[in-house]
Amino acid sequence: MKNIVVAGNGMVGYKFCEKLLARHREGLTDGGQFSLTVFGEEPRPAYDRVHLSAYFSGTSADALAMAPASWYTDNSIDLRTSQCITHVDRDAKTVTTHTGQVVAYDTLVMATGSAPFVPPVPGIQKDGIFVYRTIEDLEAMLAWGKRATRAVVIGGGLLGLEAAKAALDMGLETHVVEFAPRLMPRQLDEAGGAMLRQKMEALGIRVHLSKNTAEFEGYDRVTGLRFADGSVLETDMVVISAGIKPRDELARQIGLAVGPRGGILVNDLLQTSDPAIYAIGECALHNSMIYGLVAPGYDMADIVATQLLTGTSAKTFAGFDMSTKLKLIGVDVASFGDPFCEQIPHRTIVWEDRLAGVYKRLNITEDGKHLLGGILVGDAEAYNMLLQTCKNRMVLPPTPEDMLLPTRKGDTSSAGSGVMALPDEATVCSCEAITKGTICTAVTEKDATDILAIKKCTKAGTGCGGCVPMLNDLITETLKAQGKIVRKVLCEHFDLTRQELYDLVRINGQTTYADVLAQYGKGCGCEVCKPAVASVLASVHNQLVAKQAVIQDTNDRYLANIQRGGTYSVVPRIAGGEITADKLIVLGEVAKKYNLYCKITGGQRIDLFGARVDQLPYIWEELIDAGFESGHAYGKSLRTVKSCVGSTWCRFGVQDSVAFAVELENRYKGLRSPHKLKSGVSGCARECAEAQSKDFGIIATEKGWNLYVCGNGGVTPRHAQLLATDIDRETCIRYLDRFLMFYIKTAEPLQRTAPWLDKLEGGMAYLKSVVIDDVLGMNEQFEREMDYAVATYQCEWKSVVNDEDLRSQYRHFVNASDTDDTLAFVPNGRGQQQPANW
Amino acid sequence: MVTEFETTETLSWHVAAPVSAFPADGGACVKIGERQIAVFNFSHTGEWYACQNMCPHKMQMILSRGLTGDQNGEPKVACPYHKKTFSLCTGENLNGDDYRIETYPVRVEAGMVYIGL
Repeated sequence: MKNIVVAGNGMVGYKFCEKLLARHREGLTDGGQFSLTVFGEEPRPAYDRVHLSAYFSGTSADALAMAPASWYTDNSIDLRTSQCITHVDRDAKTVTTHTGQVVAYDTLVMATGSAPFVPPVPGIQKDGIFVYRTIEDLEAMLAWGKRATRAVVIGGGLLGLEAAKAALDMGLETHVVEFAPRLMPRQLDEAGGAMLRQKMEALGIRVHLSKNTAEFEGYDRVTGLRFADGSVLETDMVVISAGIKPRDELARQIGLAVGPRGGILVNDLLQTSDPAIYAIGECALHNSMIYGLVAPGYDMADIVATQLLTGTSAKTFAGFDMSTKLKLIGVDVASFGDPFCEQIPHRTIVWEDRLAGVYKRLNITEDGKHLLGGILVGDAEAYNMLLQTCKNRMVLPPTPEDMLLPTRKGDTSSAGSGVMALPDEATVCSCEAITKGTICTAVTEKDATDILAIKKCTKAGTGCGGCVPMLNDLITETLKAQGKIVRKVLCEHFDLTRQELYDLVRINGQTTYADVLAQYGKGCGCEVCKPAVASVLASVHNQLVAKQAVIQDTNDRYLANIQRGGTYSVVPRIAGGEITADKLIVLGEVAKKYNLYCKITGGQRIDLFGARVDQLPYIWEELIDAGFESGHAYGKSLRTVKSCVGSTWCRFGVQDSVAFAVELENRYKGLRSPHKLKSGVSGCARECAEAQSKDFGIIATEKGWNLYVCGNGGVTPRHAQLLATDIDRETCIRYLDRFLMFYIKTAEPLQRTAPWLDKLEGGMAYLKSVVIDDVLGMNEQFEREMDYAVATYQCEWKSVVNDEDLRSQYRHFVNASDTDDTLAFVPNGRGQQQPANW
Repeated sequence: MVTEFETTETLSWHVAAPVSAFPADGGACVKIGERQIAVFNFSHTGEWYACQNMCPHKMQMILSRGLTGDQNGEPKVACPYHKKTFSLCTGENLNGDDYRIETYPVRVEAGMVYIGL
């Protein structure tokens, strides 16, 4: 039995225990058993210090724990918290704690971590000055922060900005003071630091650079900081986060070798100058480096655990890549490889977009062939790809600047081919350490051709999920490389994409599903291809969908939205959200007569719920008589054009947004498309109509209108992107005609405009060239087709109400006039009814 | 739900409705006694199918309004609510869930549709 003692129960100390158990379970052992005793000076078991600031936004200490106390007991680990090792007898091989506990060891692992570096500034002992490291520190900060109004964080590095976030979360006016002339001086260059500063200041954090604190002012409580330049920053709270200092005092005391500036010296096996004692994590000094990040600490923990169990030195520590990507207060920051290249001859490529707050820098060898390192601020999406390119010394494309340009996710021309250029041993999923080779083999040999299958088969993508876009690219590209055509065909009945089918129907003029199936498909069809073909037929011919009710999707079958319980809801069009008092009264009367639940929708109209299928034609008859028409809330078609009152009423408005919204809604109403279309028109830059979250949104300017396209809310909200600036009404409508017809023609079934744009090769630049510059030469046709759709519009409900055959379909039983007796409503407690629970 | 009709020995034929009451390649609901039955007219193949109208997923009387089709030749219906699909031959769920529906034989004679219960 080998006694292993761990000094320190932080993240790395914990990871050592976890790795030791895992390696033991894998059978990776020379047969010997071990006992594990862990000493931690903090009162609680190891917790996630990296996410400490989450404690301020309400995450409990328990939730931060790496593992509950029971985990240690369950795994026969003797965890002794609130115990500080004060002495080690290296000859007798025992450790002694401050309370006098003595434990013998065969191997001692020092994982004592680090302490905050506290600069020796006069007044540092005053009340209201805190360090930021433990949960106890945080609790003290929280208690003090309740009475404070302003917090000054000393240190503009990674940890300092984390602390600043904590101060922001506490509701304090937050300042960051940095000695260096820029934020994050270890990771960022001047321009990158400036971009980060701009982002931080936009979030309300004030940044003071090149400031050397000379003294803390105040009697016994801190009242301010006096800087070396004589200036003073008043404050009632200070958080020090100016770096770390390895906890090597015990090592020094027992005579282990330490570095001149601190840190326990270790070799590649992570042994200290005493071979029975190891040091891992932030207390270890390897090759003149202290690693203040968690990933290298974990790597060290694994190496020592493996060594101890196998008794060999097969795995050694060879330094660690300090490339990092993190989200600081919502801002992506990454640096990789050699971000500065101060010593190496190199060339630099820089991309800077101050408007969007994006800065990217690549350092490239002088011959332009290899990537040496770089910095990303504001947009770090390319990080994985760039890191792999750098680590694997891949040969760069002839125009390496393309790697910096804002690429779009679906733009396979750049990202996709890049993925395939990776060597097989490149790690794609770093959480599970899965290489590109493993993934490609799973695709080719195990037939794992979608992301779910890949996850199941290789475990890649099951951790943080950050590699999933890369995995998707790998699957697609591997299939392509095998000569398998990656084509999104409709379903088993049609070996055609929606776009192919659309073109065929337009050219050959089929008007029914039966004809389309007979010509191009096989079998009886299904719930996927029927609505897709129905949508194509409706887009091309603008026929009444009710004439082919049985191929329509759920809501289109009865031109109403099916709801729980089997009833439907009714949404009349209220163009632009503008409605007269008389019409409001009609809605109220109809709702009352049929006992319908009423709710205002997000699209500025009124939804009436609880109509039985047989009631629908009667309700619509009354609404149509009062001048209403279908709102197409049930259709994959234009829903609403939301508007603010604009210049007609609003003192800020610069254009008549309601009139334009009404005009657009009436122009595009009834237009069938691959998915629903939502729109908004705002009368000024304040954007009250939220036009930038719509499939097409228009915002008034002093000179005309700005047109945005391809935004949406929903599961993955997307801001619309600017297509054209300061255009007049007519131009805006022409651009919209072209944009909409291009989308309708080329999108996949049920693909909204934002994902459609993602998949559009060339992205927004290409879309502009189609819509504005007419590179396809299709615009005349697009406009003609749109004019046809507008001219042939009919209110679907009016057609149904006036057609006895169509109307007769609205009944529950075809052989009885009874209604469905299973329908049941219950009061909702607020004066209306709702369906009984299902 | 209707376990007492599991064997064909007790089968009796009930009039549902004239053929014209059922849309081509679509479904409709008929009431037989107190029971709601979904009837599907696959005019593409000339076959007729019937099953319970209730979708067992959320217990809604809705299957007759579902889209019909086939999966590798097996006739099926998709529930309008969550697109659970069921074989109209075996009643089995085709998405791999445990739900099952009852199916019934259909006979068409002299323009009239009969269901065997």
